[in-house]
Amino acid sequence: MAKIIVVTSGKGGVGKTTTSAAISSGIAMRGHKTVVIDFDIGLRNLDIIMNCERRVVYDFVNVINGEANLRQALIKDKRVENLYILPASQTRDKDALTVDGVERILNELAADGFEYIICDSPAGIEHGAFMAMYFADLAIVVANPEVSSVRDSDRILGILQSKSRRAEKGERVEECLLLTRYNPERVAKGEMLGVTDVEEILATKLLGVIPESETVLKASNQGIPVIHDTESPAGQAYSDAVGRLLGEEVEHRFMSVEQKGLFQRLFRRSA
Amino acid sequence: MSIFDYFRSAKKDTASIAKERLQIIVAHERNQRNKPDYLPKLQQELLEVIRKYVDVDQDQVEVQLDNNGNCSVLELNITLPERA
Repeated sequence: MAKIIVVTSGKGGVGKTTTSAAISSGIAMRGHKTVVIDFDIGLRNLDIIMNCERRVVYDFVNVINGEANLRQALIKDKRVENLYILPASQTRDKDALTVDGVERILNELAADGFEYIICDSPAGIEHGAFMAMYFADLAIVVANPEVSSVRDSDRILGILQSKSRRAEKGERVEECLLLTRYNPERVAKGEMLGVTDVEEILATKLLGVIPESETVLKASNQGIPVIHDTESPAGQAYSDAVGRLLGEEVEHRFMSVEQKGLFQRLFRRSA
Repeated sequence: MSIFDYFRSAKKDTASIAKERLQIIVAHERNQRNKPDYLPKLQQELLEVIRKYVDVDQDQVEVQLDNNGNCSVLELNITLPERA
């Protein structure tokens, strides 16, 4: 049985694709056969984040329409064994995604031995976003500590629990919150919503906190999912989140202002 | 604590304002979300029927749907005008 995970948010620009790339890479690095599907038809971007934009021949819609088979469309990741990317179509209309079509592809992937299927949702609550979440067993709701993002996340959580297939069957979609672009200094100053505030408002279990970091942009510049940057706090935080996703107990990090060392403090005082 | 800190703490920080605003709007929207689509129309039609007999305003009729486990309760609250 493959586990279907949707990465969603409602609001755009909060880090869904960055998260999809990092989480899928992280799961595959731990030895699980994983595929990540871009559901953003017409605005494909997962390929460029994962540095396979020049290797796209066939896409998700081609496979749904029977113009190509899965083997032709799946792109094997060059960094991680066990990881495959199914890119979105850049030209088609998003209505090309149908419930039956998507279900058929997901079943085929599961039959192919994929253990994890990561669905990278487009922003908004339109058809593409609905298709990405419809079959999900687990939803990773990506949010920034900012009012519009938190509000949209709550909206998405409501849709998940009412419109998804699990909801239709009277079951629950497991859900978890990933707070990205977190800045502990600003939280300490009272300028940014804290992680406990967001958890409290959304009443959703916390998967992880990804600190705001320059390395995220540097990683996307190069097409390397940030989880590969094991030195950076963002990369480490994603790695921790993957561990939790796979059932490990990992303590949360990067949520508070780092205590400055004695030397740093002395230096600051004398400066 | 310096005198500056005193002034600073007197003003509420913006994160607390954000939290409060979010709590209110999220609670409101969750409430809306659980309502079936026909509720506003039902309220409108009920109001028309009641108006045939009693002179009441829109805001004096309240239709509320509550879910208690597997049973839903439709509550209708009409405030009748005081007798002249």
